[in-house]
Amino acid sequence: VENVRLLDRLSSRRAVVGTLYLTATHVIFVENGSETRKETWVLHSQISSIEKQATTATGCPLLIRCKNFQVIQLVIPQERDCHDVYISLIRLARPVKYEELYCFSFNPKLDKEEREQGWKLVDLNEEYNRMGVPNNYWQISDVNRDYGVCDSYPTEVYVPKSATAHIIVGSSKFRSRRRFPALSYYCKGNNASICRSSQPLSGFSARCLEDEQMLQAIRKANPGSDFIYVVDTRPKLNAMANRAAGKGYENEDNYSNIKFQFIGIENIHVMRNSLQKMLEVCELKSPSMSDFLWGLENSGWLKHIKAIMDAGIFIAKAVSEEGVSVLVHCSDGWDRTAQVCSVASLLLDPYYRTMKGFMVLIEKDWVSFGHKFNHRYGNLDGDPKEISPVIDQFIECVWQLMEQFPCAFEFNERFLIHIQHHIYSCQFGNFLCNSQKERRELKIKERTYSLWAHLWKNCADYLNPLYRSDHSQSQGTLHPQIAPCNFLYKFWSGMYNRFEKGLHPRQSVTDYLMAVKEETQQLEEELEVLQERLANLQKSQSGNNKVKSKQQDRSKQFGLYTSNNSLANTPQEYSNDLKSFPSRSPSQGDEDSALILTQDNLKSSDPDLSANSDQESGVEDLSCRSPSGGTCLPSEDSGKDSDEAVFLAG
Amino acid sequence: MEFAELIKTPRADNVVLHRPFHLAVEGTLCLTGHHLIFSSRRQDNAEELWLLHSNIDSIDKRFVGSLGTIVIKCKDLRIIQLDIPGMEECLNIASSIEALSTLDSVTLMYPFFYRPMFEVLEDGWSSFLLEQEFELLSSVTNEWRLSCVNKDFSVCPSYPPVVIVPKSIDDEALRKVALFRHGGRFPVLSYYHKKNGMAMMRSSQPLTGTNGRRCKEDEKLVNATLRSGRRGFVIDTRPLTVAQQARAKGGGFEQEVHYPQWRRIHKYIERFNILQESFIKLVEACNDQSHNMDRWLSKLEASNWLTHIKELLTAACLAAQCIDREGASVLVHGSEGTDSTLQVTSLAQIILDPRCRTIRGFEALIVREWLQAGHPFQQRCAQSAYSNSKQKWEAPVFLLFLECVWQIHRQFPCSFEFNEQFLLMLFEHAYASQFGTFLGNNENER
Repeated sequence: VENVRLLDRLSSRRAVVGTLYLTATHVIFVENGSETRKETWVLHSQISSIEKQATTATGCPLLIRCKNFQVIQLVIPQERDCHDVYISLIRLARPVKYEELYCFSFNPKLDKEEREQGWKLVDLNEEYNRMGVPNNYWQISDVNRDYGVCDSYPTEVYVPKSATAHIIVGSSKFRSRRRFPALSYYCKGNNASICRSSQPLSGFSARCLEDEQMLQAIRKANPGSDFIYVVDTRPKLNAMANRAAGKGYENEDNYSNIKFQFIGIENIHVMRNSLQKMLEVCELKSPSMSDFLWGLENSGWLKHIKAIMDAGIFIAKAVSEEGVSVLVHCSDGWDRTAQVCSVASLLLDPYYRTMKGFMVLIEKDWVSFGHKFNHRYGNLDGDPKEISPVIDQFIECVWQLMEQFPCAFEFNERFLIHIQHHIYSCQFGNFLCNSQKERRELKIKERTYSLWAHLWKNCADYLNPLYRSDHSQSQGTLHPQIAPCNFLYKFWSGMYNRFEKGLHPRQSVTDYLMAVKEETQQLEEELEVLQERLANLQKSQSGNNKVKSKQQDRSKQFGLYTSNNSLANTPQEYSNDLKSFPSRSPSQGDEDSALILTQDNLKSSDPDLSANSDQESGVEDLSCRSPSGGTCLPSEDSGKDSDEAVFLAG
Repeated sequence: MEFAELIKTPRADNVVLHRPFHLAVEGTLCLTGHHLIFSSRRQDNAEELWLLHSNIDSIDKRFVGSLGTIVIKCKDLRIIQLDIPGMEECLNIASSIEALSTLDSVTLMYPFFYRPMFEVLEDGWSSFLLEQEFELLSSVTNEWRLSCVNKDFSVCPSYPPVVIVPKSIDDEALRKVALFRHGGRFPVLSYYHKKNGMAMMRSSQPLTGTNGRRCKEDEKLVNATLRSGRRGFVIDTRPLTVAQQARAKGGGFEQEVHYPQWRRIHKYIERFNILQESFIKLVEACNDQSHNMDRWLSKLEASNWLTHIKELLTAACLAAQCIDREGASVLVHGSEGTDSTLQVTSLAQIILDPRCRTIRGFEALIVREWLQAGHPFQQRCAQSAYSNSKQKWEAPVFLLFLECVWQIHRQFPCSFEFNEQFLLMLFEHAYASQFGTFLGNNENER
């Protein structure tokens, strides 16, 4: 459709005219602008809602909301066209078969072997070995080898050595959806563990001997402690209501040596509504400070984030400080339980704060234990009441921790944002379906590619320049502030307003540090080359003079990639260079540079995944690194800005 | 007066010091004329706390048996608690602190007694003279001159002895204009934008009153900053209704008929007690001991603090935009021209001039736009967020400015030479300091 207008939410003046294309996988808008022809690409699977609004004199407005929080407002000149687009998108955005999803057609031009390698990058067996199991207390159980006991569990689960198949099967019959207690994290240092399950089918008085034995087995697997915590992550009221339906929670009297604890995290429906309310605040055109704060509070979002974090902190503390094992469950044990177990693991084990470890963590606590990705993130058309931002909340918890511990994580914010994007994109097979069983049936590993390999390949873009593996913050357990510092929890505009560049800080210290790091590395390499040359020169100088002219020729070649290196041979000159380097900051770059406090900055180092046209060619992340391309510095970026002063939008 | 008269118990042992996020420490407490000193006296990790009495905002005492507890809330927002054994000692110490922290004579303040332990490298008092500023200015334009009309502070008591004014306006005219402006604060140069030769002036409100008084010299003065055929902007930091009400009290604003080349824009920057209340509520919210997320956000919202920040930044951006984008000269004023006016002019310079984002440049800005420009630090910073007294002159005007700088810093983390710590340090010294920089209300008093 031609002559479509793409509106800017904040300024009606900044609408652009272009052409709208619908393909089998994307909605593409191409600006008419002569030179740039900027393109906006949106994957169908990212579309969460499409709204056709009342026709106006200028055309028919179409509002597309995306799961990665992009909001696109189009005005299509003809009502008929708009209707067609609307009808098409409704169908395209709601596929009914897995085969319709993008990952089955996405081809990053890798051969079979590379694809297989990609899937092997994250190996859970390796991970359990790293944790230190199997050992004297824990063993792998094949009781679920053909999903015979629990179809939402993986085939291989770790259970206490003393838990026989009889106990496991008996316990599974006493748990919702037969999700029996299984190992999530094992702490080598003190034998304490985090186990997970679903709620017991206790009703008002039912008991199950095998289940009681199962919990006892977990306790015995940690000889250092004479009790275990059983953490029910639901609010007490919800758990009690479940009793009427024959479900419920553990009765302390029936189990020997458990300490039972409720941690009130709300259910998926409350979370869905909360996000909805928060997004409404994000979409406000020009909110006053109090509209924003009131709306944020009213959404309850940060309160929920804090509840999840508090639960994780409680468990991490029990494991690391008290040396007590914890069994975590909610109702089915695949939403809140996954959130809480993974937050606790992240706090406990520095490995999960590395890039690779984080992939492993998601694979372990979310993918393998049957978090219902398809239902929660609406990959296929389904019950809207099943949709809920469960993993989004976990990702935000990680971000909140990164804000508190800026040096403790190997990866940066961009890494989180890209993972969030791909949970919804269906571009890679990792998050398809609701369980391991379904994924195996679909032969995901043979037919699609793994996101982890893709992220790993571009890991330079996701590095946190402040991270050092030998830094004290990077080691041991993280102890987040638990004193009443509510202001530690912040609104994450980098995620929820990520497509509105105008709302973000104008300069990124992370990008700047990355550039500095890269430049330093280049200079060091250069230094090495020059030292080698110097050594050669000294050797040959004592020889004859004929060689000298040749050397000069060569130095000209070197001059090609650094201008003054033939002069800067002494270490002092180099260190001077390094010192002056950070001062090439935007403040000094330009004599009369006014700060640009507002307005959309088109230049951004963050690639909007969907706004980039090169997804299919697999080079989408090249644009990430604008500031670090060779010797090019962010100051160049800001230098350009300096000429134009733009001001707070008010 | 001898400080010793006020100190009945100069020293107490076995005192326990509590601070948020720190373990309690036992040690010895000493009182001197200007300091409360606490020392843990532990050999391995001796900890000392030196607290200026002038930093103390409020003090509470309570008793459980013979154990007295003093809670000290500081102007720099710290809260510390001292458990002192012995009722008499505790009462003595509390009353001494109370007396020493509320001395009313400036000359008894610590800066008059302080001797630096470091080597003084330069005379800070003459580091940022307006004459030097003028020299820089003269190298790019000759449209301005230094005027010494106020050399004995007779024309305007809150102005410095020298000011920069348009060259075409003589001292005689300045005296007349001073009579037409609140507190004698006639329009002076605040900032010259080298890029396009536009100027930012600041003043106080014109005294038009209800019958629309005018002053030819004033009109001539402000028009002298305009290029022929160009318009200027008057940024009035009060909303129109407030400006209109001010006429009843003899104040007012520039009326179009008399200033046809000027467009007036009204902004709304809160002042005095509203700011002070907002500040108190904000600090209350920060100190909230509940674990409840909702309480924090609603308290933050109810404090309105961020609204004030936003309003102020918007006004400063407007001023900067008028100068840089519109290529227009700007005159900024509110009522007295000593508070919101200075916030706007100094923030606009931070936005426009990279020099102001260096340490030295920022110091120069504070001297020029706050100290010499006559911001009444002593009145405004007499009490902080914990004060119980409701005097009407206290207001966190300077703090609000510092936070706005911090907010800009957050958006442009690579554009400032200094860090957050520098801003915090300035905040602390504005409220209590060993240095005399922020003493007094204007150059005349200093």
